[in-house]
Amino acid sequence: MGDYATPSRGLFRSAAIGLVAASAFGSLAAAEELTIATVNNSDMIVMQKLSPQWEAATGHTLNWVVLEENVLRQRVTTDIATNGGQFDIITIGAYEAPIWGAAGWLKQLDDLGEGYDYDDIYESVRNGLSANGNLYAVPFYAESSFTFYRKDLFEAAGIEMPDQITYAQLAEYAKKLHDPDNGVYGTCQRGKAGWGENMAFVGPMVNTFGGRWFDMDWNPQLDTQPWKDAVNYYVDLMNSYGPPGASSNGHNENRALFADGKCATWVDATSAAGFIYNPNESTVADKTDFTAAPINVTDKGAGWFWAWALAIPNSSGKEAAAKSFLEWSTSKDYVKLVGETEGWVAAPPGTRMSTYANEMYVSAAPFAQTVEASILAANPADATLEPVPYTGVQFVAIPEFQGIGTYVGNQISAALAGTISVDEALANSQSFAVREMTKAGYIK
Amino acid sequence: MARAVPARRKMLTTILGWGVGLTIFFPILWTFLTGFKTEAEAIASPPSFLLFDWTLSAYDAVNQRTDYLKHFWNSVVISFGSTGLGLLIAVPAAWAMAFVPAKRTKDILMWMLSTKMLPPVGVLIPIYLIFRDAGLLDTRLGLVIVLTLINLPIIVWMLFTYFREIPVDILEAARMDGAELRSEILFVLVPMAVPGIASTLLLNVILAWNEAFWTLNLTAAKAAPLTAFIASFSSPEGLFYAKLSAASTMAIAPILIVGWFSQKQLVRGLTFGAVK
Repeated sequence: MGDYATPSRGLFRSAAIGLVAASAFGSLAAAEELTIATVNNSDMIVMQKLSPQWEAATGHTLNWVVLEENVLRQRVTTDIATNGGQFDIITIGAYEAPIWGAAGWLKQLDDLGEGYDYDDIYESVRNGLSANGNLYAVPFYAESSFTFYRKDLFEAAGIEMPDQITYAQLAEYAKKLHDPDNGVYGTCQRGKAGWGENMAFVGPMVNTFGGRWFDMDWNPQLDTQPWKDAVNYYVDLMNSYGPPGASSNGHNENRALFADGKCATWVDATSAAGFIYNPNESTVADKTDFTAAPINVTDKGAGWFWAWALAIPNSSGKEAAAKSFLEWSTSKDYVKLVGETEGWVAAPPGTRMSTYANEMYVSAAPFAQTVEASILAANPADATLEPVPYTGVQFVAIPEFQGIGTYVGNQISAALAGTISVDEALANSQSFAVREMTKAGYIK
Repeated sequence: MARAVPARRKMLTTILGWGVGLTIFFPILWTFLTGFKTEAEAIASPPSFLLFDWTLSAYDAVNQRTDYLKHFWNSVVISFGSTGLGLLIAVPAAWAMAFVPAKRTKDILMWMLSTKMLPPVGVLIPIYLIFRDAGLLDTRLGLVIVLTLINLPIIVWMLFTYFREIPVDILEAARMDGAELRSEILFVLVPMAVPGIASTLLLNVILAWNEAFWTLNLTAAKAAPLTAFIASFSSPEGLFYAKLSAASTMAIAPILIVGWFSQKQLVRGLTFGAVK
């Protein structure tokens, strides 16, 4: 006979209710609402699509703030600099990570757990996202640059692509293959002004021509012979064998031109290989091959290094939940999850050795080994022929570079458009850089 | 009697008028058309004008990725809220300036206008810090306040111009009849100035709807209006023009429709003033 009034049962019932209530309350208290600020690119769209799985597993929720790259940079900088605390997770690039980490704006990410396998992340990628030996951002994709070329056109012209192409050969091949009457341009390279646009191509080219941004005393070197040689080569190449209006073509425009079969050669991001190789998006998927970025007097710094990474601002009060998301979204298991649900070619490239050891990825992405070799070759700590006081391949990891790089990018774009001469562009760039570096206290 | 306009001149003026109108409207039309193209078609060279495979794929992609209605509602609250609050402050202010001017009224008006000459980014950090401390970041209330303050000079100026057209004798007559200040403004001045107030309201709703500096910088996930919705479709890598155009069309359509239906009111208010 049931007797609900007996003390022992009542006690048990109260205890049970208490336990359930406590655990429910506990889980409620632990469930956090995180705000994540990010750029709009295909890897992040996939992450946004898959993140409900992490939300279901942890009970936390995510609010996504997707913004254009420059708007995001401005928005996040304002919030972090003022300790606004609006974001718990932010997407930053390889340029910001070491600068913001050193400034104390980001939480250290060296403790994401044993299962995270830090050693699986390429060392160059880890170094690129660290400051003073501490990791401040974890990568969800990394890229270098390499040469895309049309193997059908090369074969038809009887050209065999060497193991390592030089800039002289690039010009020679571009000349042979330039056929604007039939809608094929010898080469397509970035011309749109911006430190992340034309300077991403020009910077590594200057490295391999033997140039550098600054000497060991931070004196700008923009009017030295290697810069003059590199920029004159670039302007001549583009004016002779490039598409019309090249000074307004950035990554996206060239990517569309190449995919449309309008370019014989293109030196750009390894991350675009998946797009060019996808027959739904590209008309040259079966006609394209890849090789390393061209070199000139040195092979140092020939291919750039870039990574998009996730970081936690110091102002976030939800560190544990944010770290849990970072651990999930940049793990080996996540790469596998993307491979299995979205197709292996869509797996985040360039970050983990295990991705390139995975046969399913390698067979889905035949460019994988060339990409891996390019990423391994890109060394932000040793990217120039002569010694420099900075790190970075296509950028200089100091806060002042953004302004200087943008100015120089504008000048070189103007030289490409023919509104000023190359010498004028470099002289203007040099005096601007000297002024900025003096103002910032690097030059006494 | 109206002066006869020669047919030739009339035709030229008509052509010129249409030319200017179409030139101004063309970017909007192009955005609208691009929203119905595929990404590859959107950047095709030479571009196709109307003869392309119309598709809703860009709209599909936009709707799958974002919550349009949330952003739309935020835009409605922020633009109408800031304009309403602005009118509440500006009507008495413009009344005072138009009918009981003081020695410095003109200077105050000029000073108010001069605040519009400061680049907004110059005060971003102080306002951000105030908002942070007041807990107003990423709130609709915060944006209503900041947009009210930003558009207030324009509202006061517009209302001041309309109010000045109203004969002061009418207000004096009302006062003689025993109207208090509140009744004078609410029941005499406001009804006469309705076209002016309506055009001020519409213009400021449009300005607030399109404001993209403060609405992007002071919001994150919760209070972001349609400007943030558009900004989320621009991409550093990959093709995005069709999706961006679809998002832009969805963002500007409501305000375009409101403007279309109220254009008579808007033009009348802007060109003729309140009472003439």
